[in-house]
Amino acid sequence: MTFVPFESGLILAAVLFLLGLIGVLVRRNIIFMLLSTEIMLNASGLAFVTASARWMQPEGQVMFIFILAMAAAEVSVGLALIMQIYHQFKTLDTDTLNNMKG
Amino acid sequence: MLTIFYLSAVVAVVSTMMVITRKEAVHALLYLIVSLLAISIIFFALGAPFIAALEVIIYAGAIMVLFIFVVMMLNLGRESIQQERQLLKPRMWFGPVILTLILIVEFIILFSKIRGQNYHALSISPKVVGVSLFSTYLLGVELSAMLLMAGIVGAYYLGKGKKRIMHRYLANTGSDSKAKGETK
Repeated sequence: MTFVPFESGLILAAVLFLLGLIGVLVRRNIIFMLLSTEIMLNASGLAFVTASARWMQPEGQVMFIFILAMAAAEVSVGLALIMQIYHQFKTLDTDTLNNMKG
Repeated sequence: MLTIFYLSAVVAVVSTMMVITRKEAVHALLYLIVSLLAISIIFFALGAPFIAALEVIIYAGAIMVLFIFVVMMLNLGRESIQQERQLLKPRMWFGPVILTLILIVEFIILFSKIRGQNYHALSISPKVVGVSLFSTYLLGVELSAMLLMAGIVGAYYLGKGKKRIMHRYLANTGSDSKAKGETK
């Protein structure tokens, strides 16, 4: 057991995840949607590390490292897609980008 | 340790709320970096010093630099110097600086209090994490290596762009049959 109670860590992770979800749902700029996805990934990692601290096992931290690698790959591909979208359509607004086939 | 946890939790939640309400992407990125640093201190308070270091180095260091790079690249065409000067008004970096000062004070308190053996008994050392990562979860490491490889190839392919033709003459020398078709 660590100094921090288990429940408050999980509540913080849930609040951060909810904020990221609200960001994805509310914002229409595609860069902000990618940022909110990062917030959600980070919150899930926080939940893993909290569980790892509760049972004093390293598995949660191992899972956070995997989440970190996944986030890095996701951000590189996502930002390349954003650059490509901006060069083709000259906008980042998802309401004007709703056509699959231009 | 408990007050440090709650204080940095408040900092993280406030800065995350600022992230999803900003208009300019650069200001949101500034607040997101503050949020990541606060979560890093939370990891340290939870007894995961290795994860705290990784959070600062990879998330706040590498991934956010990628975001800032792309945002600056996209703004280059339409953004004038006047607009860029307005981005750095003192009112804009006042909030992040105050939140970061709170985090710095917490950091100093943590490292002045933690001298004893108490923290090391209650935290999971990087050695344990590394042994578990490279023995039990070796398959996961290889899978994430393949994922990163796919990410690199995908980002290269998407960012390559179209081949630009400089001149009509150079365009015709490339493919003869196409040039014949055009001349007919």
